[in-house]
Amino acid sequence: MKLSRLAAVAAAAMIAASPALADLNVPALNYRTGPYAPSGIPYADGFSDYMTLLNERDGGVGGERINVMECETAYNTQKGVECYEALKGENPLVFIPQSTGITYQLIPKASADGIPVHSMAYGRTSAVNGKVFEWVFIMPGTYWDAASMMVKYAMEQEGGSLEGKKIALVYHNSAYGKEPIRTLEELSKKHGYTLTQLAVDHPGQEQKSQWLQIRRERPDYVFMWGWGVMNSVAIQEAANIRFPMDKFIGVWWSGSEADVLPAGAGADGYKSITWHKPGADFPAYEQIKTLVHDKGKAAGDGTTIGEVGYNRGVYAAVIVTEAIKAAQEATGKSNITAADMRDAYETLTITAERWAEIGLPEFAQPLQASCADHGAPHMGAIQQWNASEKTWTLVSDFMTPDEEVVGPLIEEDSMAYAAENNITPRTCE
Amino acid sequence: MSAEFLYTIEVILNGLLTGVMYSLVALGFVLIFKASGIFNYSQGVMALFAALTLVGFQDGQVPFAELINAVLGTEIHGFGWEMPTILAILCALAVMLLFAILVERIILKHLVNQEPIILFMATIGLAYFLEGFGDLMWGSDIKALDLGLPQGGSFWIEDMTVSWAAEDSGFYGMYIDKLDLIAAGVAVALVVALTAFSQYTRIGRALRAVADDHQAALSVGISLRFIWVVTWAIAGFVALVAGSMWGAKSGVQFSLSLIALKALPVLMLGGFTSIPGAIVGGLIIGVGEKLFEFAIGPMVGGATENWFAYVLALIFLVFRPQGLFGDKIIERV
Repeated sequence: MKLSRLAAVAAAAMIAASPALADLNVPALNYRTGPYAPSGIPYADGFSDYMTLLNERDGGVGGERINVMECETAYNTQKGVECYEALKGENPLVFIPQSTGITYQLIPKASADGIPVHSMAYGRTSAVNGKVFEWVFIMPGTYWDAASMMVKYAMEQEGGSLEGKKIALVYHNSAYGKEPIRTLEELSKKHGYTLTQLAVDHPGQEQKSQWLQIRRERPDYVFMWGWGVMNSVAIQEAANIRFPMDKFIGVWWSGSEADVLPAGAGADGYKSITWHKPGADFPAYEQIKTLVHDKGKAAGDGTTIGEVGYNRGVYAAVIVTEAIKAAQEATGKSNITAADMRDAYETLTITAERWAEIGLPEFAQPLQASCADHGAPHMGAIQQWNASEKTWTLVSDFMTPDEEVVGPLIEEDSMAYAAENNITPRTCE
Repeated sequence: MSAEFLYTIEVILNGLLTGVMYSLVALGFVLIFKASGIFNYSQGVMALFAALTLVGFQDGQVPFAELINAVLGTEIHGFGWEMPTILAILCALAVMLLFAILVERIILKHLVNQEPIILFMATIGLAYFLEGFGDLMWGSDIKALDLGLPQGGSFWIEDMTVSWAAEDSGFYGMYIDKLDLIAAGVAVALVVALTAFSQYTRIGRALRAVADDHQAALSVGISLRFIWVVTWAIAGFVALVAGSMWGAKSGVQFSLSLIALKALPVLMLGGFTSIPGAIVGGLIIGVGEKLFEFAIGPMVGGATENWFAYVLALIFLVFRPQGLFGDKIIERV
């Protein structure tokens, strides 16, 4: 008798713990532990807090509550794939892998399973070509966009020409770190600068050789494609050799508080590219504070709000929820499927007015995705770190990449993938 | 002198100083292996935990704050004060001493007379436990560690050496990081202190006796359990020094535990039982990997340091399997 009661209680608990069928299930492959936790925590907090805000304030999206299904990956590709396998049967609307390694593994799997993958400004660059990668979305841009925009910014700083200049690329010795090399090489032919490549092995705790070489060669600019502790060590080493920080520019994954704070005052003036505004000065954030944090429903300890990673989590959550809303409007039903979500991603439009309407005015650039372009809006701006105030500030306007160079590279790479995998590209007319 | 020659000297000096940093980590391994025959897999994580504890005390962080907040619904983050560095170091040392006592009581006591592989496996478990425990206790966000030590290239050395090459040679003076110099001084002081401790103190002599033959040591009344606590406490102290020096360079975060990977080739080369071996091994690895990266690295795409350190250690192993200073293994039939 006791056993059967216990079984009934356990069954009831399992039913209560599992997501309701009508919920909008959104997996969150987070990494709150492991070597990259300092970057993963703010993102996870921002993503979940925005979803909680919508649940608390609006009852979800279109009358359906959002169910964020957190799965801890520790930024480990194997664990990420396990998370995918565990959650793919729970009617997930979209997977956001939060890692280039996991993205590469999920592209073929999710495409076969009919679940969209949103690798937000990371992952396989050529997946931006929707003609080949129907289920993969990479908005707001690609690594090649970032490389091109960083060169564009350096050129502006140099009065419009990089002829005869030297750029050093300090990069994580991995597929991710090597992503911009081809674009930077192509751009060097076009603009006449010399590119020096300096690889740093994982985890990047020791970079003395690379920075002694930079000190010897005195490049005009140093670009960084780093991750984790590699970023903070590089910034510290740059400060140690007194490299001018305003000539040191990191990609968007090398420009968060976790990267600059360890270097203290030495990091002052360091720059990185970004696709959104820094800080917490937005009406939606006030609502997150009052409706989520003050009610004890924050995903973390509430201290990460406004950090770069947190804002990226919010950005990802906005893209997901706007796509859900678009899918609901297009299909006329509130309980949408992953296929509906894919269609909505492909036609996703977020205007400046819409950003303001959701309480994030001028937070990010308007975007208009399409069948062929899964990476809109392809825009970035440069932010600079103020070490005394511990704040990032935008120091440039939003820029667009050099499509003349980036476009053909994407076409070539994506078509090679299509040929390897027997994919017939769509026409997208 | 030519700029190229001077830059080679610069690379060698920086290699030596980096090697000292590797030696700081390797010393902890040597101490425990020498006294108990245990290869302590958790030494890197101990360095991380010690540094986390130091910076936690310094910043006045409440231990287990997130856990307390989650369970009790409170909003506690810090005590609201900052602890002077010296006091924080003493508190961190006390925690590492407590850690040594707990390791002996909870793990080692139950594994007396077990095979070395069992003890090794136990330290793997300890490493994973300590990783999670450190996160839970102090949080997994990155922490800046300010010990008040100078950092960055020395102007004085740069100015003094810049005239050694012709003005238009492209030589900008010798670069030596002040923090590396301090770390070298700390390492020398540490080795002198450890040597003096083992040579001239009663406990030190007991440590050496246990290292030589623990059964003979037991027969003359030396407490093996006490010696293990002392050994792990000293290894904890060394971990605190290594964690502090590396943490001051890169911030205190999870990757700090991976510096153990840099200590392995040093141990292979210097021997697992020799304190001078750890120092000399560190210097050879430091100089070797930096020179190789400087001379050959650009031709093979760079990032050679991680693998070259192991290749160098393996080359030495071919000629001296016990390492440069390791005890020669003699099996009598």
